Amino acid sequence: MTTLTDVGPARGELTAQAGYGVTQRRVLLSEWTKLRSLRSTLFSLLAAIVFVVALGILISWAQASHWDQESPIDRLTFDPTNTSLSGVFLAQLAIGVLGVLMFSGEYGTGMIRATITAVPHRLPVLWAKSIVFGVVTLVLMTVSSFVAFVGGQAMLSSKHIDTTLGHPGVLTAVFGGGLYLTVVALLGVALGALVRSTAGGIATLFGVLLILPLIVNFLPSSWSNNIDPYLPSSAGQDIFTVVRDSSSLGPWTGFLLFCGYAAVLLAAAAVVLRRRDA
Amino acid sequence: MIEVQGLTKRYGEKVAVSELSFTVRPGIVTGFLGPNGSGKSTTMRMIVGLDQPSEGSVLINGQRYRDFRAPLCEVGALLEARSVHTGRSAYNHLLALAQTHGIPRRRVGDVIELVGLGGVARKRAGGFSLGMGQRLGIAAALLGDPGTLILDEPVNGLDPEGIRWIRTLLQDLAAQGRTVLVSSHLMSEMALTAEHLVVIGQGRLIADMSVADFVAGASENVVHVRSPRAPELRDLLLAADVTIRADGADVLEVSGLPSSRIGEIAAAAGIALSELTPRQASLEEAFMALTHDAVEYHGGSASALPHQPGDGSAPAAGGARLETHGAGARS
Ligand SMILES: Nc1ncnc2c1ncn2[C@@H]1O[C@H](COP(=O)(O)OP(=O)(O)OP(=O)(O)O)[C@@H](O)[C@H]1O
Ligand SMILES: [Mg+2]
Repeated sequence: MTTLTDVGPARGELTAQAGYGVTQRRVLLSEWTKLRSLRSTLFSLLAAIVFVVALGILISWAQASHWDQESPIDRLTFDPTNTSLSGVFLAQLAIGVLGVLMFSGEYGTGMIRATITAVPHRLPVLWAKSIVFGVVTLVLMTVSSFVAFVGGQAMLSSKHIDTTLGHPGVLTAVFGGGLYLTVVALLGVALGALVRSTAGGIATLFGVLLILPLIVNFLPSSWSNNIDPYLPSSAGQDIFTVVRDSSSLGPWTGFLLFCGYAAVLLAAAAVVLRRRDA
Repeated sequence: MIEVQGLTKRYGEKVAVSELSFTVRPGIVTGFLGPNGSGKSTTMRMIVGLDQPSEGSVLINGQRYRDFRAPLCEVGALLEARSVHTGRSAYNHLLALAQTHGIPRRRVGDVIELVGLGGVARKRAGGFSLGMGQRLGIAAALLGDPGTLILDEPVNGLDPEGIRWIRTLLQDLAAQGRTVLVSSHLMSEMALTAEHLVVIGQGRLIADMSVADFVAGASENVVHVRSPRAPELRDLLLAADVTIRADGADVLEVSGLPSSRIGEIAAAAGIALSELTPRQASLEEAFMALTHDAVEYHGGSASALPHQPGDGSAPAAGGARLETHGAGARS
């Protein structure tokens, strides 16, 4: 069908002339191309945005319309900021799954072999996936959180139970929605690289974030009160909570601990990625 | 140039590749042959650093794969299993690979045209036929214009036109001075494509020889003998440089003796022959005999064939300069 005479310069020249070679920056660009060229990514991100914004506004509206029936204790602990950010709990599913798929999708389809033959040092791929997906999540989810906050407060203002960004802790909490989801994204990426299978990665991630707190709640309360604040979910969610109970670690301490869990998992993922056969 | 040195790969108990050493020279197509499960794909994955060898090493132009600054520009690999995300278009797949090296988009378009995927480049790779998938894999291998190409069963799933295209492509690539290693289980295909052969069985090297030698060895006559007293006749015929395969209770496949001589020996012993037919072994038969030998030696199975100790090679390839490791180990 063809000969190779028109394929380009003779072998070796291409490399030498153009300075081709793997760099972290180039792997970042490559991962960005991969992320935006899958329809499933775009759908999941869209879903996450809709969850944060729509659910936040919807739940705020529901709270406002039932305010008169609320008990005094519920009114005292009502957190208008956290209420308008309720969608974060659902969005973490979309973001977490997408994070896991960053690697498990490549293992499942065999793409990982192409990726690793192109980047035999492997770790630049882990960092690039983390950075690209982390930044995309941070930007989209921070914007979504602010939209949800503004929309949610508008709903709550009908009963004058809304708050403003000027109140102590509120600005942190609204940024916290995006920050929490970003770390969930990184947990997903790390688990995908560690577990390699989509089902296994998702099960592990949501086992830890959703099921573990339920199990801890079944323990005797003297235990659960001591354990619960240190669970990844509780620690991570401190940052978008303004009205918190006394056992909470506080926004930044909790969030740092949550980041610590992600860092440990990423480090484990790095070791496994380097050591195991692809 | 690819230098495989003492390569061993164990998966738990299973030894997939065992102390394998060979060299693949530039400028020619080298065929990498072996029956199913003999370790071809495993060896190729180790060459590009996907699997870590248990022992031994591979050097490509004197360097380890991992140490290349621009691996895609040094080695292009088409692996056995598909290595493409099914949800991504062919163009974006190749673009993402190119971007890891800073290879320009223009080159992506060029390789797509080269493999004849121009019309479907924007379609999801998941919808590709087996043949289109192979072409996409070859496009990826050629992306960096590498001096070394490693292709694991590239003709798998291709139509006759596609097979001929691959054959010409590989030969053109080699003629440009590149190193080309291509695996297959089809000896007949390799005889047309390759100039040199590396044959493995059960993870061990069986033969490292030119195709010309292999073909010369294979075309040596084999005599098909049928006799009610075949076992007796076999004992009489056995001598140095004679190889005999039993093929059923009363059939012998004799190589190393002309049919006239077999007739004389049988007559002298008073053994009746019901058939005595000289025939040419096909390349495929020669290949099977060669690899069966390794299976026999390593497997030690009950169906072991009558085999003259020290005759040094597989039946049909007896005349060729074979390095039979099995024989080496025995003597
Ligand atoms: N990841 C793995 N884990 C365990 N065993 C493996 C693995 N990969 C390969 N093997 C085993 O190693 C042996 C060699 O396999 P390999 O795929 O390299 O053979 P092959 O020569 O490519 O065969 P084929 O012609 O069928 O493609 C086989 O017995 C296989 O079962
Ligand atoms: Mg194979």
